[in-house]
Amino acid sequence: MRTVYLDNNATTQIDPAVLEAMMPFLTEFYGNPSSMHRFGGQVGKYLVEARERVAASIGARPEEILFTACGTESDNTAIWSALNSQQDKRHIITTRVEHPAVLNLVQHLEKRGYEATYLGVDSKGQLDLDELREAIRKDTALVSIMYANNETGVVFPMEEIAAIVKERGVQLHTDAVQVVGKLPIDVSRLPVDFLALSGHKLHAPKGIGALYVRKGTPFRPFMRGGHQERGRRAGTENAASIVALGKACELATVNMAEERTRVKALRDRLEAGLLAAVPDSIVNGDVENRLPNTSSIAFKYVEGEAILLLMDGHGICASSGSACTSGSLEPSHVLRAMGVPFTYAHGSIRFSLSRFNTDADVDLVLKEVPPIINRLREISPFREGLEPKGEKLACGCK
Amino acid sequence: MWEYTDKVREHFLNPRNVGEIENADAIGEVGSLACGDALKLYLKIDADDRIVDAKFQTFGCASAIASSSALTEMLKGKTIAEAEKITNKDIAEFLGGLPQQKMHCSVMGQEALEVAIKNWRGEAVDQHEHEGELVCKCFGVTDELILHTIRENNLTTVEEVTNFTKAGGGCGDCIPAIQVLLDQALGKVAACEVPEAKPKALTNVQRMQLVVKTLEEEIRPSLQKDGGDIELVDIDGHTVKVALRGMCTSCPSSQLTLKGFVETTLREYVEPEISVVEVNS
Ligand code: FES
Repeated sequence: MRTVYLDNNATTQIDPAVLEAMMPFLTEFYGNPSSMHRFGGQVGKYLVEARERVAASIGARPEEILFTACGTESDNTAIWSALNSQQDKRHIITTRVEHPAVLNLVQHLEKRGYEATYLGVDSKGQLDLDELREAIRKDTALVSIMYANNETGVVFPMEEIAAIVKERGVQLHTDAVQVVGKLPIDVSRLPVDFLALSGHKLHAPKGIGALYVRKGTPFRPFMRGGHQERGRRAGTENAASIVALGKACELATVNMAEERTRVKALRDRLEAGLLAAVPDSIVNGDVENRLPNTSSIAFKYVEGEAILLLMDGHGICASSGSACTSGSLEPSHVLRAMGVPFTYAHGSIRFSLSRFNTDADVDLVLKEVPPIINRLREISPFREGLEPKGEKLACGCK
Repeated sequence: MWEYTDKVREHFLNPRNVGEIENADAIGEVGSLACGDALKLYLKIDADDRIVDAKFQTFGCASAIASSSALTEMLKGKTIAEAEKITNKDIAEFLGGLPQQKMHCSVMGQEALEVAIKNWRGEAVDQHEHEGELVCKCFGVTDELILHTIRENNLTTVEEVTNFTKAGGGCGDCIPAIQVLLDQALGKVAACEVPEAKPKALTNVQRMQLVVKTLEEEIRPSLQKDGGDIELVDIDGHTVKVALRGMCTSCPSSQLTLKGFVETTLREYVEPEISVVEVNS
């Protein structure tokens, strides 16, 4: 069975050119770049090149790039650094729709005596910038706001956010894991202090990420040990993956135009086709300000995991907005924060495309998914006219 | 992705008995859209109290659909008395097991069955809710269901309670309350329990009556299910003397049964001061 992979916000296929670039570092060039001998040392120059490529892709200087193991490590590093370099400040601002890499850490910090403000979002998943303005306090150490949401693809107005935050002299971190490679980013003009990215979201392998740290931003290391990364992140460099990330960033810049035209057109066709074929379906989030590859579609009266499993039977891979598949039991915190009604939230499916998707992929989804939804609706006790009157239970999860 | 057994997959992909029964003799409806799963069970019951047809409608994940399908298959041909004995464990077993995190789907099946039978008997069922106090607001789960599920499935942790009932799987506010119920069921007295205003002390006669009633209605039926039994020998103040019978006598965990189940239940239903001792007779 053919696999139609539409879960690229979870992870992406490694680009063959990326694989080719990293291969020698898994085979013959296995030396440790910190070694004194030439065999190890020769690896170092490839790391330099990779750093330059990553930096160039976001308008940074090479010395502003720190290699990490993943987006989560980058996010954690930024937040710990901001707090440790300003120990008199005990307040953090973030949003209710962040990735767990930020959300869970901030919640953990709250237990350790920090105060946090979680900015809400409206039904389109957008922030109220006045709320941000009002939330900033004298003791705010950091504002951490994602660039684009991984579930809905909604893009936050980062320029405006940065202007508000920097005007008050507060450090700003953005989790840009979903944006790098899809939309242009230029930190030379966007005054963020920290920006996190992750390799496996842009066709590099898993296990490599990077953190941009603006020159002049006070920095406290998260990992201590040897003096790799100029003492800012200890641990032997993951040379092959760093090279891969460099290559992937270079390719992302080249391929961004395709991402924003062909991939976007595919996404739009998929979305329009599903909405037309399946009554009682809606798109979650701000469709105007959205990543070009993401579509979160809510199918009323059905449940996400059941849809996913039936799609899987046809080789279609996507992701569910009901958290049933992830061990939690409620619809995603993002959809809940947006106030998506339960009738829709449980049946939300995220389709996320990449430049490896084709028209044939979209055709298959349009052929197979509508009957799947119909079939589940036939089993469901709810449907048009049979809706429960009001929410039957006093649900705390509103 | 969950590891489902072939049987779960089969019942999910080809669910048996989907739909409504017109003029059903019993309907059991549990869950809600808000909670992410709901089940409506329809039964046709003949004059001999035998279930001649069973159908369902389910909103939920693969295991919810499979559990409903399994339940209807199990019910067909059974008398109400036989059907009443079906537990969530039986449903899970029928399917060759469910992932721990999905056990609540089997509990939903058992609940729907209970509600349907009550409906058939003409007993009042609070719409979608059991009697008892609401513990988990997010998923509308009562203390009664939690205690029942803990005992039925020998649960020992909050996480297990969440897997089986969903309680605690949302905002988490009810987790301390679940812990208290667990401690109660396991015979530990929760350290953080706030002592309630003391109810008026029972007279000896009242206490005796209550002990006998609780033993008959709450304790013996459960022990009998596992082939055991218990006999009341004497009541001396707050000390209840009992003798274990049947399988319980040879059961290596009889002390656990005595303290963890018998004593806790009596404390809950009669008086918190009660202690249970085993005597030979
Ligand atoms: S009240 Fe139980 S999880 Fe929210």
